[in-house]
Amino acid sequence: MPRVVCRCCDLLQRLPPLPAGGKARCVRCGQTLAVQPADPLDAPLALAVAAAIALAIAYTTPLMSLSVAGREATTTLPGGALAMWHAGNQVTAVVVAFCAVVAPACYVALLLVVLAAVRRPPAPAWVGDAMRWVDRLRPWSMNEVLMLGILVALTKIAQLATVFAGPGLYAMLAVVLLLPAIMSTFDAREVWKRVAWADGTPAAALAREPAP
Amino acid sequence: MTAQALCAARAGVIACATCGLALRPAAPAHAGHCPRCGDGLEWRHPHAVQRTWALLLAAAILYVPANLLPVLVTNTLVSSQPDTIMSGVVLLYTTGSWPLALIVLIASVMIPLGKLLALAYVLVTVQRRSAQDARQRTRLYRTVEFIGRWSMLDVFVDTFVVALVQVSPLMRVEPGPGVVYFMAVVVLTMFAAQSFDPRLIWDAAESGERRDAGSR
Repeated sequence: MPRVVCRCCDLLQRLPPLPAGGKARCVRCGQTLAVQPADPLDAPLALAVAAAIALAIAYTTPLMSLSVAGREATTTLPGGALAMWHAGNQVTAVVVAFCAVVAPACYVALLLVVLAAVRRPPAPAWVGDAMRWVDRLRPWSMNEVLMLGILVALTKIAQLATVFAGPGLYAMLAVVLLLPAIMSTFDAREVWKRVAWADGTPAAALAREPAP
Repeated sequence: MTAQALCAARAGVIACATCGLALRPAAPAHAGHCPRCGDGLEWRHPHAVQRTWALLLAAAILYVPANLLPVLVTNTLVSSQPDTIMSGVVLLYTTGSWPLALIVLIASVMIPLGKLLALAYVLVTVQRRSAQDARQRTRLYRTVEFIGRWSMLDVFVDTFVVALVQVSPLMRVEPGPGVVYFMAVVVLTMFAAQSFDPRLIWDAAESGERRDAGSR
């Protein structure tokens, strides 16, 4: 049985073989140690392609529009951050643009690259760097928070004027549903098994374990 | 089960933070880099307690203007109405959408305050070498880490209200000075949660247990 270390409490433990769809938790702190999705590479790749298309639509089509006394106004997702910039709040605009546009786009793009590259192992070592960025970007890719924020904004504006949801909003909803689906079918361990080692260790040593 | 025997650091085993590879460095003082993914290896996050305290205190200071200053200013032909986060919640409630008022209240008021208090509690118990409830404190930390991003909700709400309601001179909404402070609180508490190392909770609990056993 392979040895794993809980990243949350540093407990060294042995990982039993998991059934498809199974999940292992740390015996001491309850942190998820490993998952075993039935189809850890093809299913997330298909979902990531769908998410990339939905993201492209969400970024380019109108998110919502407003109509009051014969006047109309409309906005897109990047347009929201741009409006914040023009309203004189540049710092907020940059953070909103990063969390709502840049981080989700990079996150999905990196996942696509990683999942495509590991189809023919051993994948080059830079795939490991891409995986590190996937991990770092995850908390900053705030699609579901953004979605709820847009809905609250729509409700607020509905008190003042008539609002309409645009195609961008539905595309955003698809992204919000697709990203957790990618995460629940994806297994980082499966990717790491297929990546060439940074120090040039040949693939034969991939099963190397410490022998404490 | 004795916790001491199973702690990876005590057994001389280090796990790569990026790829999870468990290995035994030849020179424990200089763990070096992970042979698989090339990331730097560290037994614990460096200066985790000090860094987390610093970010947390900065967030706590900014929490005051974030709540006192208006986040949105609504200008119509006849009036100009500034709204703080709390008065925005009250406005949502009085205009009839209490479920949304509750969501905004939880995301914008309770989560940031809860994060500040929870992280401070975890830090204090680690520094006091508390041996109690390590599992619950770890769970609390994980909750803070997981839930923290939801406070960004109000920043997104303000952004899209500002972006859409631009029909001057009839009606114009501008961002207030509070938005940037509130956004800074959210970002700083997210960094604070990331800079903390939950393994310290268990190190402190183990050393606390030994101290309690010795004093008996």
